[in-house]
Amino acid sequence: MKPILRIQVNGRWREEAVADNTLLIDFLREQLQLTGTKQGCDGGECGACTVLVDGRPRLSCCAFAASFEGHHVETIESQWQDGQMSPLQQAFHEKLGAQCGYCTPGMIMAAEALLRTNAEPSEAEIRQALGGNLCRCTGYVKIIESVQAAAPGHRQTTGEPA
Amino acid sequence: MNTKPSKGVGQRMPLYDGVEKVTGRAKYTADLFPRDALVGRIYRSPLPHAELIEVDVSAARSLPGVVAVITGADCDIPYGILPIAQNEFPLARDRVRYFGEPVAAVAAVDEETAERALKLIRLHVRELPIIDSIAKARAPDAALLHDKKPGNIEREVHNEFGDTAAGFAAADLVREQTYHAAEVNHAQMEPHAAFAAWEPEREQLTLHTCSMVPYYVHKKVAQCLGIDTAQVRVIKPYVGGAFGARVETLNFEIIVSLLARAARGAVRMQLTREESMLTHRGRPESETRVKLGMTRDGRITACECEVVQRGGAYAGYGIITILYAGALLNGIYDVKNVKYDGYRVYTNTPPCGAMRGHGTVNTRVAFESLMTSMAAELDLDPIEVRRRNRIPGPSVTPNGLRVESYGLPQCLDKVEEASGWRQLRGKLPKWKGIGMACSHFVSGSAKPVHFTGEPHATIVLKLDFDGGISILSGAADVGQGSTTIVAQVVVEVLGVDWRRVRVITNDSAVTPKDNGSYSSRVTFMVGNATLDAAQKLKQVLVEAAARRLQVEPDQVECLGESFHVLGDPSRAVSFSDATAEALVDTGTLHVKGTFTCPIEFQGGKHRGGAVGSTMGFSYAAQVVEVSVDPVTCRVSVDKIWAALDCGFAINPLAVEGQIQGGVFMGMGQGLSEQTRYENGKMSAANFLDYGFPTMAETPPIEVFIVESIDPNGPFGAKEASEGPLAGFPAALADAVRDATGLEFHEWPLTPERIAKAMEAREREQRAAARKTVRQPATAGAA
Ligand code: FES
Ligand code: FES
Repeated sequence: MKPILRIQVNGRWREEAVADNTLLIDFLREQLQLTGTKQGCDGGECGACTVLVDGRPRLSCCAFAASFEGHHVETIESQWQDGQMSPLQQAFHEKLGAQCGYCTPGMIMAAEALLRTNAEPSEAEIRQALGGNLCRCTGYVKIIESVQAAAPGHRQTTGEPA
Repeated sequence: MNTKPSKGVGQRMPLYDGVEKVTGRAKYTADLFPRDALVGRIYRSPLPHAELIEVDVSAARSLPGVVAVITGADCDIPYGILPIAQNEFPLARDRVRYFGEPVAAVAAVDEETAERALKLIRLHVRELPIIDSIAKARAPDAALLHDKKPGNIEREVHNEFGDTAAGFAAADLVREQTYHAAEVNHAQMEPHAAFAAWEPEREQLTLHTCSMVPYYVHKKVAQCLGIDTAQVRVIKPYVGGAFGARVETLNFEIIVSLLARAARGAVRMQLTREESMLTHRGRPESETRVKLGMTRDGRITACECEVVQRGGAYAGYGIITILYAGALLNGIYDVKNVKYDGYRVYTNTPPCGAMRGHGTVNTRVAFESLMTSMAAELDLDPIEVRRRNRIPGPSVTPNGLRVESYGLPQCLDKVEEASGWRQLRGKLPKWKGIGMACSHFVSGSAKPVHFTGEPHATIVLKLDFDGGISILSGAADVGQGSTTIVAQVVVEVLGVDWRRVRVITNDSAVTPKDNGSYSSRVTFMVGNATLDAAQKLKQVLVEAAARRLQVEPDQVECLGESFHVLGDPSRAVSFSDATAEALVDTGTLHVKGTFTCPIEFQGGKHRGGAVGSTMGFSYAAQVVEVSVDPVTCRVSVDKIWAALDCGFAINPLAVEGQIQGGVFMGMGQGLSEQTRYENGKMSAANFLDYGFPTMAETPPIEVFIVESIDPNGPFGAKEASEGPLAGFPAALADAVRDATGLEFHEWPLTPERIAKAMEAREREQRAAARKTVRQPATAGAA
C-alpha cells in the first residue's frame, strides 16, 4: 500500500496515494496530469522542471513528492487565474520569451519566485536568479526582457496593467 | 468582425501558438502519453565496436509484466537518408558500431519492469578495434566499419571551379591554415519522445513523435515495418527544439513502432538526456585546411579548401553534409576560382547529421578566420576587406548557385556603426578585444532531398459553411514560428479578421505532406505556397461576391470582411455572404496552393551540384566584444551586434529571436560546447559536461534586420535562423586575438586552450629574452 500524501497543489489540498520513491515531477505529471512542468535532463541540470514549494523555486526532478507533506506546491498551471494569463505569461507571450516553449514553464516559475522577492530586478539580478534555467532557443535576450516587463516595479512605472 | 482589412505580415506578432506555450497547455509528445500505454525502453550497446554473436533476451522475455522484446532479428530492413546510403538498422544486427547503439528493446507494463528486463539482457560479443578518430579511421591498416568502404571513407568530394592555379598566381599574398572544430550536439531541451499505437484489428499504426520531417519518419517506419505507408499515420505534437537533431528518422521512432506492433498495443517511449545525446546526429568534428590568395588591396583571387569530417558510425545525412561544406564556400563573396576536396570518414562514434548551418559552419569559420588574418597581414581592416569582395549584383556563382538579393554590405554597415568598430578595434585596453565575421545560409534547398516530382510545398485552405478558414499545414513548427508565418500570410492576403483563422498542423491523416523543416526552407517555400493558396481563395470569394453583386469580378474590391463594388461602397456583401455564395453547388471549399523552385535554381550540373542550391541566401555580419581573464584564461563575451539580411521580416519579432538564437548557438560552439569521447564512449552526454552557455554567460545580443527584398521570396522574405550562426566562432577568435595577440585555430576556445597558448607565448618570450641577454656578451667576445 502506498502511503497517503497530503499536499497543496496550486491552492488546492489533495490527498493522494504516492509511493515514497515517486519524484515530485512524476507525481505532478503522471498522477495529477499537470503536464505543464517539463523534464529536460536526467536530474538537476536544466531547470525545466522548476516549480515553487512554499514560494521558493525547487527542481521537481530532484525531490520526492512525499517529502512535501503539508506543503504548498505551485506549477505553471497556477499562473493562469480568473481566465487570464499572469503578467509573466503575458510578457513571455508578447515579447517572445518562448520559442519552442519547452523551457518556458520552468523559466516562468523561477522568474515568479524572483519577482515575489524583488519587484524590480536588474538585468544582472535576473541573469543570476535564472542562471540555472537553460534555454537552447532564445539566447536568453527576450527571456530577460520578458521578466523585466512583468516585474511589478516596472509595470508601476510604465502604468501597464497587472 | 473587423471592418478594416487586417494586416498580417511585417508585424511584430507573438507566436500563434504562444499562449499554449506560456500557459503550459502546449502538449509535447511526452505530455500526450496515455497512462495505460506500455513503457518502451532500449537496451544499448555497452561497447563502441563489436561483433554480436548472440543477443540473449530469453530471461527478459519471461519476466512477468514484459509484453514484448525485440532485437535486430525483428527487422532486417535498413534505413537512412539517401537511397544509396541506407546502412543503419533500427536495432543492430551482427555488429555494433558505437557506444549506445540500440541492440534490443522491451515493452513492459511499467517503467520498473522495463528497467529490470533490460538488466536481464545478455550479449555475447567479439570486441573489435575502436576507431574513434579521423587519424585512426584513415590509417592505412585501419579496421573497416563497413564493407565496401575502403579507408573508412563514406564519401569523397572533389571539384574545382574556375582556375585556382591562375588565381593563386595572381595573388600578392597566399596563406594556408588548418582549423579544427570539435563535434557539437543540438542539445534541444526536450528529450526525444515518441508514442506508437498499433491497432491489430485495423492493422494500422499511429505514431506521435517529435520530428522535424514527419513525412520521412512516416516513410521509414512503414519501410522498416514492411507495411504500406497507408497503414501509418504520423502526428507531430509541439516540439521542444530540434536544430537538425530531428531531421532524420531516428532509431527510437522505428523501435517504438516495432514494439507497438509486437505488443499489439500502445507503447510510450521517452529517452533520457543521455540517450538523446547518444542519438546525436550533431555537427561533426572537422579539420578544415583553407588556402586563400589575396591581392594587396584585399581582393580574394582563389580559394582552396580541404575538409575532413568525423562522421560517426552510419551514413545518415553525411554525404549531404560533406557536400555542403564545399558548396557554401561560394555565394557570400565574389570569388571566381574555388577548389574543394572533402572526405567524410566512418568512426565508432554516434552518427553525425544535420545541425543548424548544416555542413557549412566549420568551413565558414575557417574561411573567415583566414580572411581576417590575411587582412591584418596586409594592414587592411577586416570589414573593409569584406566590402571589397562583395558580390556585385544578381549573379551565378562558379558552382552554379544563384544570388538574387544580397544585403551583406548593409549588414556590415550596421554592425560597424552600432558597435563603434572604428573607435574600438585595436584600441581597447589590454585583455579586451573586438572581432567580426560574416556568414550566410540557404533559404531551403532548391532541389528537395528526395525528388518525387511533387511541388516543393503544398498548403490547403479549407472554408466551410461556418466561414472559418482552416489552414492545413504540414510544416513542422519546432519553435521557429512557421505556424505563425502561414497564418500571417493568409490574413495579409485576404485581409480577414484573425478570429476567422485556425492553423491545423502535422497530422498525416489531415494535413498535406510537407518536405519538412530542414535547410531553412519553410518561410520561403511554405510561405510561397500559402501565398498561392490565399490568392486563389481570394479569387474564389471575389468571383462569388461578383455573382451576388451582379458585376464582373474585376469590379469587386476585397476589404477582408466585406466585398464592395469598386467606387460604390454602398453595394457590398459580407464575408459570410460571399462564402455562402461560393459554396453553392460545390460545398466545402478546399483550395490548394503550391510552390516549386524553378529548375534554373536547382544548382550546378556537376555531381552533388544540387547541394547548396537555393532561391535566396540570407547574409549575416556580426561583431563580438570580449574580455579575457589573464588569470583564469576564461573568455567572457561582453556584447554581440548581429545583422541579418532576411529579405523581408514577415515577423520581425520572430526574426530577432531567430538571430539571437542562432548567434547564441554559434557562441556555444565557439566558447565551450563539445561532445567528448573516452575510448569511444561519449563522456559529455549531459548538459553539465556538454556545457552550453547559461543566462549568466550570455551577453546582450543586439540585432539589426536588413531587408533586401528578395525577388522570389514571399513578400521578399528569406531565411533568418541558420545564417547568423557560423560567423560567431570566427568573430570570437578574432576578438580574442585583438585582446591577447594570440591567434587560435581550434574551437571551442576553452580556458585550457587559451592557457596553453599563453604559456607557450611566455616560454617563447623568455627564450627570446635570454637570447637578447646573451647577445651582447657574444658580440663583445667577437
Ligand atoms: S529536469 Fe529537473 S533540472 Fe532538468
Ligand atoms: S524556448 Fe526552446 S528551450 Fe527555451
